[in-house]
Amino acid sequence: MMGTAVFYLVAVVGVVSALVAVSHKNPVVNVLSLVVTLFCIAVSYALLGAEFLAAAQILVYAGAILVLFLFVVMLLGAPEEPPVGERRPFQRVAGLALAGIAAAGSIAVLAGIRVAAPAGAAQGTAEALGRLLVGPYLFAFEFISVLLLAAMVGALMLVKRKH
Amino acid sequence: MWAEIAVSAVKVAVIAGTVLTLVAVMEWVERRGAAFIQDRLGPNRVGPLGLFQPIVDAVKLLFKEDLTPANVNRGLYLLAPMISVSVALLTFIVIPFGAGKDITVFGVPLGGIEVAPDLGVGVLFLLAIGSLGVYGIVLAGWSSNNKYSLLGGLRSSAQLISYELSMTLAVLGVLLATGSLRLDAVVARQGGQFWLGVIPQWNVVPQILGCIVFVVAVFAETNRLPFDLAEAETELVAGYHVEYSSMKFAAFLMSEYMNMVTASALIVTLFFGGWTFPGMGRFSGWPLLALSLVAFGIKLAFFLWLFVWVRWSLPRFRYDQLMRLGWKGLLPLATLNLVWVGVAMAMGWIR
Repeated sequence: MMGTAVFYLVAVVGVVSALVAVSHKNPVVNVLSLVVTLFCIAVSYALLGAEFLAAAQILVYAGAILVLFLFVVMLLGAPEEPPVGERRPFQRVAGLALAGIAAAGSIAVLAGIRVAAPAGAAQGTAEALGRLLVGPYLFAFEFISVLLLAAMVGALMLVKRKH
Repeated sequence: MWAEIAVSAVKVAVIAGTVLTLVAVMEWVERRGAAFIQDRLGPNRVGPLGLFQPIVDAVKLLFKEDLTPANVNRGLYLLAPMISVSVALLTFIVIPFGAGKDITVFGVPLGGIEVAPDLGVGVLFLLAIGSLGVYGIVLAGWSSNNKYSLLGGLRSSAQLISYELSMTLAVLGVLLATGSLRLDAVVARQGGQFWLGVIPQWNVVPQILGCIVFVVAVFAETNRLPFDLAEAETELVAGYHVEYSSMKFAAFLMSEYMNMVTASALIVTLFFGGWTFPGMGRFSGWPLLALSLVAFGIKLAFFLWLFVWVRWSLPRFRYDQLMRLGWKGLLPLATLNLVWVGVAMAMGWIR
């Protein structure tokens, strides 16, 4: 019961702050709302028994990546965006139609989902996740590491060439 | 169920009360310690040895005018000190302050002097919540609409991200040796056994590199000298909190001292055996609990004093020196420590 109440709370807060993140005019508020959304997602992970994933979500996304976002927004001076006039009217219609399809799809999928994980089914501990990463998914894990390294070196090269 | 809630509530009240009292005590220690190091007297008028000075200071801060400058972003300006204090108050719930696994109170197992002993992710929770603390400083800097504040906030965010990496890598060494994310497992592994019969098996002995990296990194994470570039008063007036007054300013001050307490407790727990002490095998129950609190208190006091000691001994780093130390000094050392722990464990040199 407690878990259900917490779920509904973080679901509502998460969706509202996600809406604020895409609609508010002030870029700093956008980034902060995104932080709140990610925090709510982390709480949902924790409710499902994936404690490690929850902690990693906060540590990596809310604690590091979005701080960099905020850093960039603040460095660029964060001008408040002026309201843009509607240049392509079909965008709104097409967007609404696509959103409707996505909503219908998610309702169809979500209708059968139970909120809290059944007791004893917790697979999200650090140990279970670690065994999966260096076991069946070892290749993918190492491949992603090399990919990230390549992206980092590539970014450095792009920056170097300008000087 | 109500008994369990009551036991938890009492634990929270006692631990939070102790940490908040330590904040006041540390303010006194800082000022008297500074005076001692600089060969002067320091505040010694209010109460014996000036011990009541923090109370007077708190009353002063409470009754000062609470000024909100024009042109600040009001919502974020109010939110920033709240974030700082909330984060500082949340982080110490996973730290085991004392023994007590074998004690039951009113039929409820006490589970040690720790607010959340059953949290499986343990130290990761602390690192995750601690990493949110930077928002308080950055938002304070940005919302104040003042260029000194903004510079302080920007410096702080770059600094915290750089040093968080080395700090986490240093913690990883300890977690690897322990095989668990829980801090009470970290403590249990370090207690009761000795190398050569005299040296306690604390993590600091095999992982001296990791310990040094961790201590330096937490100094940076708590924004203490020599890493307090976020408030460098010679260049930035007071940095990110230059526009704050009264209790909002005090909130930043309190969170800095609370973070200091948490950081010292974490150093003790990860590298210096936590609440364990030589000869603890002869005690159990309440006497063990009392003695473990004393042992933890002594270790904690040393590292709290280290914070004060370093602050009044070392000059502040220049910004490029800070970044060079973080990325070219601490990060390779932390990685080396992690590799060393892995190799030593694989070879069976440390169990």
